[in-house]
Amino acid sequence: MHLYEIPIICVLVGLTLYVVLGGADFGAGLWQLESVVIPGRTEAARQRAEENREHAHHSMGPVWEANHVWLIFVLTVTWTAYPRAFGAIASTLELPLLIAGVGIVFRGAAYALRAGSASARESALIDTVFSLSSVLTPFALGTIIGAIVLGRVPVGNAAGSITGSWTGLFSILLGALVVVLCAYMAAVYLAADAARAGEGELASRFRTRALVAALLAGALAIALLPVLHSDAHRFYHRLVSGPGLVGVVLSAAGGIGTLALVVVRRFGAARASAAVAVAGLIVGFALAQNPVFLPGLSLASAAAPTETIVPLLFAILAGIVVLFPSLGFLFALHLGGRFDLAEQDRSGAVQPPAAAAGVGAMIASSRQGLAARGAIAGLLGGLGFLNAADAPWAHIVGVVSLAVCALCAIAAVAPAELAARERD
Amino acid sequence: MALSLAAIVAQNRYLRDASQLQSLSFAVHIPLVCFGIALPALIAYFEWRFLRTGEELYRTIARRWTRIMAALFAIGVITGTILSFEMGMLWPTFMSTFGSVFGLGFSIEGFSFFLEAIFIGIYVYGWNRLSQRLHFLCVLPIVFAGFTGSLMVIAVNAWMQHPSGFRLRGGHAVDVHPLAALFGNSFLWNELIHMYVAGFMVTGFVLAAPYAIQRLRGRWGRYERTAFTLPFTVAAVASPLQVLIGDWVARDVATEQPIKLAALEGLAKTTRGAPEHILGWYHNGKISFGIGIPHLLSLLAFHSWNHTVQGLDSVPPVDRPPINITRLSFQTMVGIGTLMALVAVVYLFLLWRRRTLPSERPFYGAAALLGPLSVVALIAGWVTTEVGRQPWVVYKVMTTTQAVTTAGSVPVSYGVLVAAYLLVGAASIWILRRLALMDLPPLSSDASIVARAGEAAA
Repeated sequence: MHLYEIPIICVLVGLTLYVVLGGADFGAGLWQLESVVIPGRTEAARQRAEENREHAHHSMGPVWEANHVWLIFVLTVTWTAYPRAFGAIASTLELPLLIAGVGIVFRGAAYALRAGSASARESALIDTVFSLSSVLTPFALGTIIGAIVLGRVPVGNAAGSITGSWTGLFSILLGALVVVLCAYMAAVYLAADAARAGEGELASRFRTRALVAALLAGALAIALLPVLHSDAHRFYHRLVSGPGLVGVVLSAAGGIGTLALVVVRRFGAARASAAVAVAGLIVGFALAQNPVFLPGLSLASAAAPTETIVPLLFAILAGIVVLFPSLGFLFALHLGGRFDLAEQDRSGAVQPPAAAAGVGAMIASSRQGLAARGAIAGLLGGLGFLNAADAPWAHIVGVVSLAVCALCAIAAVAPAELAARERD
Repeated sequence: MALSLAAIVAQNRYLRDASQLQSLSFAVHIPLVCFGIALPALIAYFEWRFLRTGEELYRTIARRWTRIMAALFAIGVITGTILSFEMGMLWPTFMSTFGSVFGLGFSIEGFSFFLEAIFIGIYVYGWNRLSQRLHFLCVLPIVFAGFTGSLMVIAVNAWMQHPSGFRLRGGHAVDVHPLAALFGNSFLWNELIHMYVAGFMVTGFVLAAPYAIQRLRGRWGRYERTAFTLPFTVAAVASPLQVLIGDWVARDVATEQPIKLAALEGLAKTTRGAPEHILGWYHNGKISFGIGIPHLLSLLAFHSWNHTVQGLDSVPPVDRPPINITRLSFQTMVGIGTLMALVAVVYLFLLWRRRTLPSERPFYGAAALLGPLSVVALIAGWVTTEVGRQPWVVYKVMTTTQAVTTAGSVPVSYGVLVAAYLLVGAASIWILRRLALMDLPPLSSDASIVARAGEAAA
């Protein structure tokens, strides 16, 4: 393996996690749309739709932000490790990126706003915006992948067709497939979440939706093949009979396995095999495309110099060391149901330390006086080392002095005590 | 970089749209960055007070502000993602030429963003679902990530201002040393500290402003007092220090970016013992209607009465930034900064003399005004440094004209994103007002979507 291949592997892993985790979020938004498009006729139907929406929202709340940062990871690693390819892709495919961006704007805004909605009507409106934008973003990102695979993005500053490069049949179908995949992942996830919370009926509803979405995804995937055969011959052959085949087989196995697991209501395992299906698809595409990145630009020639790749890989490694345990912690809390509604109050009341008030006040006031002197000393140090002196080492001392000054000054003011002292 | 004439004409057409769109996106995002820097620390303080004293009041403030933090972070994720899209959409040549040099900074920034997102998720939903100590510990990574995130972004900006760590050969960056480019840059540290302190000032003043308004309206219980005093004190302590830090930054600009300094001061000709002009308007090579103070510029920038200061005439006109925009925004930032420092000094002086909060109404009027003014100063400061860098995107290496996209769809993006930002802006104001009016849900169901409690109440 070459050094320049490692970042693309990181990008693909990030992309897989984005589709699996973030995709489930988009799908959850999509299922909220259902209740908007098909309004319930009866009170009971409306009630069910409302339950579905609430469930979708609540299941995603705590992990929403984290799931979406995967996209940032994919973007930043790509532009650092393969800058020429990134510049070409982002400029030619400005419009689908814009569409994805608009989706992200409205989705995120709706997510933030929902906490402030005070009536059912408001939250229904917000949910509609949320759902529509949940379709927009995965669709646009799918068309981008389609344009890259078909070789419609030449190297250079907006060198490809601004509108034609991503609006072919293949891109549109791939965009639709990504949307359906998101819906599928979400349904499996939501069914599992409902089953865990002991809500059998809710789980059944999402099970049905998962099955429908799975069949639709399979149909779309099969429909893509003849289009691919005529539009991107090289890619097609490398995908179905060349190096990409292993991914396709993996994906198909994962897809069928998930279907079977959903049928027998093993939702937890289904979630894992759905992830395998997505990963298989991405691996298959990547291997079929390899070693070409864009037309006339191989992965090797797109890559940044070794001096860039090495620190990038170290940064990724350090990131993994810090982030994966953190992420594990978040998901353990989330999937373990610690964030659920019916959970008991675990915190308990704190016993305030019984301080002898008089002595405490005296100590506090002498401490404040000391802090005030520290602040003045820090200020003088800062003035001398930062503003009067010119040497870089002096500036470091000056900055540290100012930091000391700031902390001491806040301690000297003692804001909480100050506010408490005042009479109402 | 060789560009055909036709391409330059096409690029100039989109340069204005692209620049304005980029500035707008940035102006929307940067106040949110300030909250990312400072708000977690302020929340941590109150949660720590609660753990120490057991007083529910502190926890209530921390929980209320946590909801603000979560909403602003969610909006910051959006505007930040759009910014990263725009890097490629609008400036593809900049990215493809130099992505290998500075991209690392954004990759690490992505990680700290990630860390922030994870722990905000845990923190927001973890009130009383984790042990109190563990919950408090979960805010610390958020504070840390706020610092590393701004460190990385400023590292990239400082590199654009003062590029190093590569050589340019045939339009390609070769001999690339990303770590040296990002962190071995003398420009980084003053810019970083300037911004970090600004983050505390903006957050402090903006957060204190609504409570100052409450005071003017006669609501001044212990809750309002406490929630006013901490952010205002933090911002008030930071403000005078920022004057010193600003001086440090300006002296670095004077040596490393002399043309930017000349634009800031409207100094047309290279001058020995240069004067400083306050207010006024740059026109035909001089400042009209300004107040000139002889020798002050040489004294401030170089600590010498007769030091020669390079003027705009030392470079051809195409290499000069727009003078009045740069100069006016600089004066705005300095003016508001000085005002903030003055109010802060008065506040600290009164505290020292009286040991109680000021009782004068005008003080609270000023405190209410400093909230929006601090945001204006923040944006003016960024306009100063970014417009002052023009016509360069990478100082003295690549112009913005060379970097900009040739895609014809830029005006479309511009229109669409302006509309989207207007909506998001309105939505942000709406949510902040709503959160301020809404009662906190009882602790045992805090993790529920707040709407539920709202619906039950409605």
